[in-house]
Amino acid sequence: MRRVTWFNATSLTLGFAFLYLPMVILIIYSFNESKLVTVWAGFSTKWYGELLSNQSFLDAAWVTVKVAVMSSSIATVLGTMAALVLVRSGRFSGRTLFSGMIYAPLVMPEVITGLSLLLLFIGLNIDRGVMTIVLAHTTFSMCFVSVVVSSRLVSFDRSLEEAALDLGCSQMQAFFLVTLPIIAPAVISGWLLAFTLSLDDLVIASFTAGPSSTTLPIKIWSSIRLGLSPEINALSTLMIAVVTVGVITASLISKRGSLKRQADERAAET
Amino acid sequence: MSQTVFEPWNDPQAKPLIQFKNVTKRFGDFTAIDNQTFDIYEREFFALLGPSGCGKTTMMRMLAGFEKVTEGKILLAGQDMAPIPPNKRAVNMMFQSYALFPHLSVWENIAFGLKRDKKPKDEITDRVAQMLKLTRLEKFAQRKPHQISGGQRQRVALARSLAKAPKLLLLDEPLGALDAKLRQDTQFELVDIQEKTGTTFVIVTHDQEEAMTVATRVAVMDDGKIMQADTPANIYERPNSVYVADFIGDVTIIEGRATKTGDGYDIAFAEGQPTLHAESSKTFQNGQSCHLAIRPEKVAITADKPDTRNALKGTILDIAYLGNLSTYHVRLETGQIVKAQTANTRRLSRRNFTWEDTVWLSWTDTAAVLLEG
Ligand SMILES: Nc1ncnc2c1ncn2[C@@H]1O[C@H](COP(=O)(O)OP(=O)(O)O)[C@@H](O)[C@H]1O
Ligand SMILES: [Mg+2]
Repeated sequence: MRRVTWFNATSLTLGFAFLYLPMVILIIYSFNESKLVTVWAGFSTKWYGELLSNQSFLDAAWVTVKVAVMSSSIATVLGTMAALVLVRSGRFSGRTLFSGMIYAPLVMPEVITGLSLLLLFIGLNIDRGVMTIVLAHTTFSMCFVSVVVSSRLVSFDRSLEEAALDLGCSQMQAFFLVTLPIIAPAVISGWLLAFTLSLDDLVIASFTAGPSSTTLPIKIWSSIRLGLSPEINALSTLMIAVVTVGVITASLISKRGSLKRQADERAAET
Repeated sequence: MSQTVFEPWNDPQAKPLIQFKNVTKRFGDFTAIDNQTFDIYEREFFALLGPSGCGKTTMMRMLAGFEKVTEGKILLAGQDMAPIPPNKRAVNMMFQSYALFPHLSVWENIAFGLKRDKKPKDEITDRVAQMLKLTRLEKFAQRKPHQISGGQRQRVALARSLAKAPKLLLLDEPLGALDAKLRQDTQFELVDIQEKTGTTFVIVTHDQEEAMTVATRVAVMDDGKIMQADTPANIYERPNSVYVADFIGDVTIIEGRATKTGDGYDIAFAEGQPTLHAESSKTFQNGQSCHLAIRPEKVAITADKPDTRNALKGTILDIAYLGNLSTYHVRLETGQIVKAQTANTRRLSRRNFTWEDTVWLSWTDTAAVLLEG
């Protein structure tokens, strides 16, 4: 182990403080008794109770979850298909254009994406609501799924698929029985990524949401314009908790998997 | 062992299982297989042998249906294979990399092909049990591929490709990853399996000893061409080209000019050296240049001049001690090196010859092979 120097310790502390102090303050104030955000008046969980009885927040949460599940699922299917085409079909005419078009939303400013989708929906005379947000989120999160899945496919051993064909599978069976189960971790993390992107998107959702389909980020954004409230702090703390638990669970699962695999491999050698 | 000699390639009545007819395979403008025509017969153990990159894997992949033939035809049991996709061929392949399905257990890997055929459940169970027994994997049935050793994985791959009882089994360097001892055991196992199941095997290897051990016929390849396809004994004793003679086993090649005498030819190879004599059924013009190929174990090494036509004098340059055998590298006055091999029937300390000794090398008239040059 390297010795912890005074300089290292200080820069580490300052760095973490810069990143996490705002969140810590937010969490602390969500347990504040007082309605005034800046005055500490003792510990209380009453804002959480209040949150649960606020119908408009619950509605927004429900819309957000619906949108996130639907858009990330569609994006996962489309993104995986795009990744297969990009990695597998070698050179075909228009390949560069195709891959450019898939990856463009990665660098496209969200405002532009949101605005152009808005214009499209108006032009096609589509009523804005849950479905339009789902469509919008699918288009921009699909490219993230495709990046994650194609980086897995690049190292995928094609002879596994050939072996499946050799043993009597059709192309379709080879994909569902061999390829998909093996790349499943990448597909799942693609889905999780799309899900979280959709969960916290404010810009694109604001452009494509209708009056009856307010998502949580929109709700939070619009209510702080009326002033900070401890209720928002409580809501944000809950969101932090959900994300933290999710991330830790996912990393524990994958870490345990790889540890087990290593142990198995060591056992097999002897 | 069967009583009659198994030599369908010499029987004009025999129907070949596989026929390559003027098969050419190109990748872009690179020719990987160059206009090859040959047959493989049922129950054969046909070995493809050759240096890396000569086209062995390509040959297998065309048989399995993963590569399209550019020109020519491949027939399996008389049927043109071109329009038949890999999953519809009665051919199974054991991949160089094994290609075991990592998410399935050993049992499920072996059952995979049977399940695709929609066989009844108990039939699958029986067949898998049979395969596990054959490859001695019963204890590992529930393990995943990463939980077993390299040798066991190789046997799973073999069991998986055998499970469907294919007419033709393709093995691409099946033993490449195994250590010498396990490799030898598995070679005998393969021959045993082949005799039990009657499957036709085509095996790719770059290990000539392996090819000689298991094969009914060996095809020596170079640069997309089969140079010679024959029994291991014929490949070794009667190579048809300098390339084959040199590729298989150890050999000394002496270049000279042939003159017809008696049943064979006198070969003059250098000023001041005696002419050599070799019997040959091939015809050479008088004065035509030729190569004389002689295997080290057919060369006798003596202290005194022997009483034969083929006798050369030289000094020992090097001795390679191989345990049971020693190979002497003897330099003639011309600078040419000739190898001679003797069995070490005595202890090392009692050996007759040592470095710098002057010795005589000799062989019989029928020991050497004359090749066109
Ligand atoms: N898909 C391919 N595209 C281009 N060249 C290839 C391809 N597959 C094989 N080759 C070339 O064909 C030659 C023969 O390859 P291969 O059959 O794999 O050789 P071997 O198995 O005898 O080592 C090699 O020179 C290799 O580079
Ligand atoms: Mg190869």
